[in-house]
Amino acid sequence: MKEWNIKCVNSFSMEKVIVAMQDPDMGMKMRNQRLLITVIPHAMTGRDVIDWLIQKYNICEEEALHVGGMLVRYGYIYPLKEPRSLVLRADETPYRFQTPYFWTSTRWPASELDYAIYLAKKNIRKQGELMEYEKERYSLLHKRINHTWDFVVMQAREQLRASKQRRKADRIVLECQEQAYWLINRPPVRSLTLHYSAVLYHTIESCRRALGRNRVKSSICLEGFVKFSEQYQNHDPIMQGCLPSNPWISDDTAHWTMNSEIVPVPTRLRVERWSFSFMELLNDPIGRREFMTYLEKEFSAENLCFWQACEDIRHGESSKIIQKVEDVYKNFLAPGAARWVNIDSKTMDKTLEGIKHPHRFVMDDAQLHIYFLMKKDSYPRYLKSDLYKNMLAKAIVPQETKKSVFPFMRRQRHSSPSPAQAVTQVTEEDGRAMGAGKAGTNSAAGSHV
Amino acid sequence: ELNYIHWKLQAGKCGLCSSVKACLSACGMACQGLQKGETLASLKRECDNLKKKLEEERGKLNDVELHQVAEKTEVLGALSVKTRRVLKGHGNKVLCMDWCKDRRRLVSSSQDGKVIVWDAFTLNKEHGITLPCTWVMACAYAPSGCAVACGGLDNKCSVVPLSLDKTENLAAKKKSVAMHTNYVSGCTFTNSDMQLLTCSGDGTCALWDVESGQLLQSFHGHTADVLSLDLAPSETGNTFVSGGCDKKANVWDMRSGQNIQSFESHESDINCVKYYPSGDAFASASDDATCRFYDLRADREVAVYQKDSIIFGASTVDFSLSGRLLFAGYNDYTINAWDVLKGTRVSVLFGHENRISRVRVSPDGTALCSASWDNTLRIWA
Repeated sequence: MKEWNIKCVNSFSMEKVIVAMQDPDMGMKMRNQRLLITVIPHAMTGRDVIDWLIQKYNICEEEALHVGGMLVRYGYIYPLKEPRSLVLRADETPYRFQTPYFWTSTRWPASELDYAIYLAKKNIRKQGELMEYEKERYSLLHKRINHTWDFVVMQAREQLRASKQRRKADRIVLECQEQAYWLINRPPVRSLTLHYSAVLYHTIESCRRALGRNRVKSSICLEGFVKFSEQYQNHDPIMQGCLPSNPWISDDTAHWTMNSEIVPVPTRLRVERWSFSFMELLNDPIGRREFMTYLEKEFSAENLCFWQACEDIRHGESSKIIQKVEDVYKNFLAPGAARWVNIDSKTMDKTLEGIKHPHRFVMDDAQLHIYFLMKKDSYPRYLKSDLYKNMLAKAIVPQETKKSVFPFMRRQRHSSPSPAQAVTQVTEEDGRAMGAGKAGTNSAAGSHV
Repeated sequence: ELNYIHWKLQAGKCGLCSSVKACLSACGMACQGLQKGETLASLKRECDNLKKKLEEERGKLNDVELHQVAEKTEVLGALSVKTRRVLKGHGNKVLCMDWCKDRRRLVSSSQDGKVIVWDAFTLNKEHGITLPCTWVMACAYAPSGCAVACGGLDNKCSVVPLSLDKTENLAAKKKSVAMHTNYVSGCTFTNSDMQLLTCSGDGTCALWDVESGQLLQSFHGHTADVLSLDLAPSETGNTFVSGGCDKKANVWDMRSGQNIQSFESHESDINCVKYYPSGDAFASASDDATCRFYDLRADREVAVYQKDSIIFGASTVDFSLSGRLLFAGYNDYTINAWDVLKGTRVSVLFGHENRISRVRVSPDGTALCSASWDNTLRIWA
């Protein structure tokens, strides 16, 4: 059992605890409990339960409350006074052990017939004794098992007659046990059958969907993993090292400085990576900037601008969505828009319809269409272009740092401006005094290390 | 599963979702009870038959195994990875950590309610946040680097903006975003600071709007505590995977809330799930002492990373940058590095003095960070 959670506990381990609690020598001390004018034998207080658990398992009060609470919740112990309140109180509140006949683990599923008989007994015993939800279920059952209803009523009457012949104390105990059992198995909010059936329907649904899915042959998929790992192997510092050196090993941050978000000249490995996939190119701010330059030459820069604007809607603040959608429509989609994007008519119609009730994902279809357009058309041509080839040619290949002659003379580890400074700089305008010592000349928008 | 439903019912809520309205949409007809002519037994039979059919379908396209395809790749030598930093400062078990995009900062959270932001390179503690709850099991760094999210036994996940003013009490600026009905086991920002994805012991995952605290989408389908989640690195960026105590790993569509794919091959709780860098697969770590690799396009488990000598549960996994190595942290205090393609173990990293709770490779792949119940974090490179 995980230490920190109230994960479902195996019912068998709970039963072990219950059996130990009722052990004649080492178990709990039982006493008689007064319930109104009747004396109920073999009862215990909540405090007794907690103390016993603490002593037996050498745990603290909090944990004892937790374990004891589980025993009540699952119906192994039930409260005598407030049967609907399935909690363990660490005071004089009286509790009793549930008879094994009614243990959760031995009696599943609780049958409709038994429940009908129980409700019928309650109804016959005292008019109006049934609660609202019980009344509902009673009439539902009456409809569903109408053909055996005579049997139900007959059984109920028989059981009531037999119980009248018992001593009052016994009768009350039995009624409590029965009530406790049904509170667990037909709880006030919803029925157990309803929920188990819901779980099964869920699983059936997802199985059906899974069966309808398109799968790819293993040989193709697995080859994909081999190719991917091969392609990125040189870029994996833990496997191949990195140039000029791994900062964590050499204490030299040159590798990070050379690979900051924005640098005058990127490294060769970095520029190579743009050719691995369209996503790699777009995820790199310099790559994206270069691609934009290329698109401008081809007079199709509006595609990337549109894509960026859609990303902004998808990932930005909820409060700005409506305004942003309007701006995108004006700039990219409206007839005669300054930077009109070429989307197929079906997608355009769907998008324009959706804009009437703007939400975070309203641009998804249009955005995807433009994304794949760029990926299949502009991106491959960019990789063949002079712009890209020149970038690759002048890219830096750092020299490997020679290992220090005196390895025990560790380099000084320099700190770097915190990204959190971006917040600091903005609020400085408000006149708030901040510890801006590190801000210095490095602006947050500039080089991150 | 049955006991779990019992517990859910005591909380006064629907067994599968947290409101009547949500129940009707997710369960559809299920909430009206059994359909005419059906019994629980007949439903169970139908369910089992479908599961069997699904396994058969999956097996049809299984024409080769991963290690066979990997035969032509070179054998990896033992890694020369060593501890390069030890981050000391937590007073109790470190439960979670996450890297900042700047590749050197990280946030960690601990059992005693403390959240610390470090510059791991200089070992400098830059921010300290004391939360009123214990067992802060989840923490995440915001993509902008300007905030962190954290949550745990308080059933919430809060966002704390990071300020450089040393006199400011960061905890006072904490903003509750996510509210679950049980402990929060994991959290991550999506592509921006504006949305937070969480998973919880209440069996659900949820997507939240940070600004308003509004619940944008909830994800129902697990039948026990959800312990971990990871966002897919895909170009359309719309899915994530979760794993939990029901031994299932589920892939979800963030937009519709639908469960797209499900895998159930572990023999015990799944403690951690992590995507392969291409987004076409993910790995899992489980109490059954194995880690597994699942191919999303083939829709099946394609590798099991296990050894007779490894008998303790695996709690956490992460891939190296190329996806060739899988680092896994175990309850026997070690970290094993696996060759993802060949299925063999490449190295063992010793050093921690208690269970490993989390391993994460840094954003540029230069280092591995491990968090442990021995109160420290280690940087390996």
